[in-house]
Amino acid sequence: MATLMVPENLVYERPKSFTDTPTHYCPGCTHGVAHRLIAEVLEEMNLTERAIGVAPVGCAVFAYNYFDTDFVEAAHGRAPAMATGIKRCLPDHIVFTYQGDGDLASIGMGEIVHAAARGENITVIFINNANYGMTGGQMAPTTLPGMKTTSSPNGRDVETQGHPIRVAEMLATLDGAGYVVRRSLHDPANIRKAKKAIRTAFEVQERKLGFSLVELLSTCPSNWNLTPVESLKWLEEHMIPFFPLGDYKVAPAVAAAKI
Amino acid sequence: MTRELWKGNEAIAEAAIRAGLEAYFGYPITPQNEILEWMSKRLPELGRAFVQAEAELGAINMVYGAACTGARVMTSSSSPGISLMMEGLSYIAGTEVPMVLVNVMRGGPGLGNIAPSQADYNQICKGGGHGDYHPIVLAPASIQEAVDLMPLAFDLAEKYLNICCVLLDGSIGQMMEPVELPEMRPVQRKDFPWAVNGAKGRPRRILTSIYLDPPEEEKTNLRLLKRWQEVQEKEVRYKEYFIDDAEFVVIGFGTAGRVALSAVRAARAQGIKVGLFRPITVAPFPYKRVAELAKKASAFLVTEMNSGQMLEDVRLAVNGSIPIEFYGRLGGVVPFPDEILSEIQRMTKAKLSAEADPVLNWMKRMEMVAR
Repeated sequence: MATLMVPENLVYERPKSFTDTPTHYCPGCTHGVAHRLIAEVLEEMNLTERAIGVAPVGCAVFAYNYFDTDFVEAAHGRAPAMATGIKRCLPDHIVFTYQGDGDLASIGMGEIVHAAARGENITVIFINNANYGMTGGQMAPTTLPGMKTTSSPNGRDVETQGHPIRVAEMLATLDGAGYVVRRSLHDPANIRKAKKAIRTAFEVQERKLGFSLVELLSTCPSNWNLTPVESLKWLEEHMIPFFPLGDYKVAPAVAAAKI
Repeated sequence: MTRELWKGNEAIAEAAIRAGLEAYFGYPITPQNEILEWMSKRLPELGRAFVQAEAELGAINMVYGAACTGARVMTSSSSPGISLMMEGLSYIAGTEVPMVLVNVMRGGPGLGNIAPSQADYNQICKGGGHGDYHPIVLAPASIQEAVDLMPLAFDLAEKYLNICCVLLDGSIGQMMEPVELPEMRPVQRKDFPWAVNGAKGRPRRILTSIYLDPPEEEKTNLRLLKRWQEVQEKEVRYKEYFIDDAEFVVIGFGTAGRVALSAVRAARAQGIKVGLFRPITVAPFPYKRVAELAKKASAFLVTEMNSGQMLEDVRLAVNGSIPIEFYGRLGGVVPFPDEILSEIQRMTKAKLSAEADPVLNWMKRMEMVAR
């Protein structure tokens, strides 16, 4: 029989902007961490009643089950376009998309680039786990050179399968982008930094300072064929050197706002 | 109000604005560019939303997002662009949110040309995107009719939580005619019980087209179908000309129907008892009325600017009871009234059979026409 938790012992609880839904994500996957960070920020900024999320196609297709906010479910890659339609009709609401690397950087590359170029006042949380998780671990636009996936069984050969795309660096070149950064979810210190970046991204939107995107390096133990702990180590050792963490675009207006 | 000379595309755009359009998202493609251009000028000056999207894919998904907020929203495009929108249209149908689509058809398949065509009847009337759904499709034959149908299109979309398409071709989009535009209606966003607009003082709302549990998806499909049956019962619209004593009935929609009317008038002047039936809702198709007409007329002539797409619906309604002849022009060619008049005259003399294949017979005659 489970021990009853008395309130005084409570050191960790669900943010109020999170629903009481058991996770559907694989053990050790960092989607849950990313979700929680967003929920904490929404609650801290008192945005739950004003936020509208746009879920992607991919592992996070059911992201809407976890947030106690209004949500829509986009077609594969089209979340930034859908978010644009919502934001233009509800300019004082907070609109955010949550997208994986296949969704955002492959099939949805047109939508994300133009949303950023327009300076669309939305926030994008971009999960980079170097593969298509939902469909069984195929090669993604972020798959590292030489990395084995179910559609690059001999390792990604850049001669025939092309090179990975560094999304944050690329979007940072666009004038409409207000805040574009890359963070990682592989240890507590980096998770805290990731949360701070998510908070900043939502602040940028709240102050109408343009497009904001936080790329989060994430793990996929199931498809990487590693344990959760090994996955965190693999991310640190292999992904960070290729996808360096950092602030790629902090527009002058965002810097001046001192968020 | 006074009648003014308007270009079709611009009149349609202005009529939508006056019907309370809140947001437009589009992408340039001929022959509908003037809709996008008109919106780009008018909507910002009225403080409403306009975005020229990066592609039709972006445009339709912006419409999808806007529709989820309960805003009156539309897009417009032409054949190749409509093909690109099919993904989004299917999602919008599956999510059960309202939108209006103006489809200014051009010659195809492929890149085709920019001339007027009706070759996308099947594409839009039979669903177009994946899955079981039926858009409502209105087919005007003049600029005035198109203008008059715009407010109805929004009302139908919102009443039945469905896509409502105004289907025309490049000639109606590009021509100029005197029209009377409606008065400007104020924008009034309805308080839809499903709209996503922030979970303030109410439980959160989720709008989605995913139902992983097949029995749940089946329920959704049945719900869509039930609504479509109601549309079929209540929303069929058509126009009849010289029908009362008609021995022969010409059936055509949009521009083909309009050209046919000139031919019917000329035939009447020659004493031929011929009438015209012009469906305004091509979906729902007026099956019942066409079946009634088949009991009175001795033969039908279906005329279209395609290879007989609506003809199939007419054949379904007639069910082999009377002979049907077909006359079509393809690939962006618009028939002249004389061509249809010749067909009417031929029908009065020829020995017609209900068993004959109207498309095969027409193709044989086309060998002469298209040489």
